[in-house]
Amino acid sequence: MSNALTIAGKELRSYFVSPIGYVVLTGFLLLGGWFFFNLLSRFNFLLGIYAAMRNPEMQAQLNLNDAVIVPLLHNLSVVLVILVPMITMRAFAEERRAGTYELLMTAPLTITEIVAGKFIAVLSFLMIMIGLTGIYPAVLLVYGNPEIGMIVAGYLGLVLLAVSFATVGLLTSSLTENQIIAAVSCLVALLLLYIISWPADTAGGVLGEVLRYLSLTEHFSEMVKGVIDTRDVVYFLSVIALALFLTQRSVESIRWR
Amino acid sequence: MIEVRDLTKKYGEIDAIRGISFTAEKGQVLGFLGPNGAGKTSTMRIITGFMPATSGTVTVAGFDIFDDSLEVRRRVGYLPENPPLYDDMTVETYLRFVAKVRGLARADIGTAVDASAARCGLADVRGRVVGHLSKGYRQRVGLAQALIHDPSVLVLDEPTIGLDPKQIIDIRSLIRDLSGERTVILSTHILPEVQQL
Repeated sequence: MSNALTIAGKELRSYFVSPIGYVVLTGFLLLGGWFFFNLLSRFNFLLGIYAAMRNPEMQAQLNLNDAVIVPLLHNLSVVLVILVPMITMRAFAEERRAGTYELLMTAPLTITEIVAGKFIAVLSFLMIMIGLTGIYPAVLLVYGNPEIGMIVAGYLGLVLLAVSFATVGLLTSSLTENQIIAAVSCLVALLLLYIISWPADTAGGVLGEVLRYLSLTEHFSEMVKGVIDTRDVVYFLSVIALALFLTQRSVESIRWR
Repeated sequence: MIEVRDLTKKYGEIDAIRGISFTAEKGQVLGFLGPNGAGKTSTMRIITGFMPATSGTVTVAGFDIFDDSLEVRRRVGYLPENPPLYDDMTVETYLRFVAKVRGLARADIGTAVDASAARCGLADVRGRVVGHLSKGYRQRVGLAQALIHDPSVLVLDEPTIGLDPKQIIDIRSLIRDLSGERTVILSTHILPEVQQL
């Protein structure tokens, strides 16, 4: 365990001694802030119109959760699809390119410790990233009265989604020594998982159900709606476990090539 | 200290190593001499536990390289042909990191880094970023990294390649100093180098 933490510490340090960490965090918060600002302005605008129309029914239907937080989390999830591959692309590919891989593989470390270390590092980075967006719901809580439970469920969904993305990124990074290939193949895999349920309605039947089950978005949407269903949590945890297992096998297999 | 029996390594159809056997005693300096592609690096990678052999056995200090890989790796220091450096770290943080992954106790890390840096003439550059160092210093950092856990076996892959004449002399005398207490295996394609050591 301490070995894994040593690796994790080294990885986290490399995010923050190079500009990568700051660029990714700034970009993420910049986009997040823009989404939040626009959603909130629109909310205010609609509220003004409904008040002017003296339409209490419509006014009652408009709430911060549905009008601001749900679309905000969906937008952030799309940004994560693009940013996470760029965070994880270095993980193994760069070690192989720079030859530092030889150092790790000849040190008294197990492959599991190396993979666990990389995972802990990216997990911590994502927590910082998503944690910083907590400012948006915090603003709403101070000046409005959104439902806290729904926010918590939505954020749990966002964290699970981001961590699933990251494990797929670790897997693609372990398959190549080229960072671009690692990032692009991760991006494609994530987009596929994101949109795989599109033909579900026309396919119907069992196939439709399967496609819908495989889709990351479907499970994420449920959680953003405020529903913490064990099925969705189990889905995310299985994606994470499977991707980490395959990463471990893939790193191990490099010895044998 | 090191015993190699009938070692064979195949990359697909190509034989990189074909049935080599040798032993190295404690305190011995052993040179691998040969042209590029002779299998020097492959042999070293097998001894250090980086990759498995196709057939044959290797024992280091009585531990089998395959069955007790972690025990062997604790006793071996390895400098690959390209020093495995993290360019964004300072020499100090790099050596501390290697000391940690090599399994040194927290209390010993400071002294191990001091000793290793002093031995390889890095005292003046400990605060410098590794990526900014010259080739000669990078090689020394690589050597310091291999020495940090005071290994009884030192495996050096072309330790003098690409260095200027003065640096080559420095590195050679360093290797001579190191050989007293430990077994050193090094590879080169320069014949006089092995004779000098």
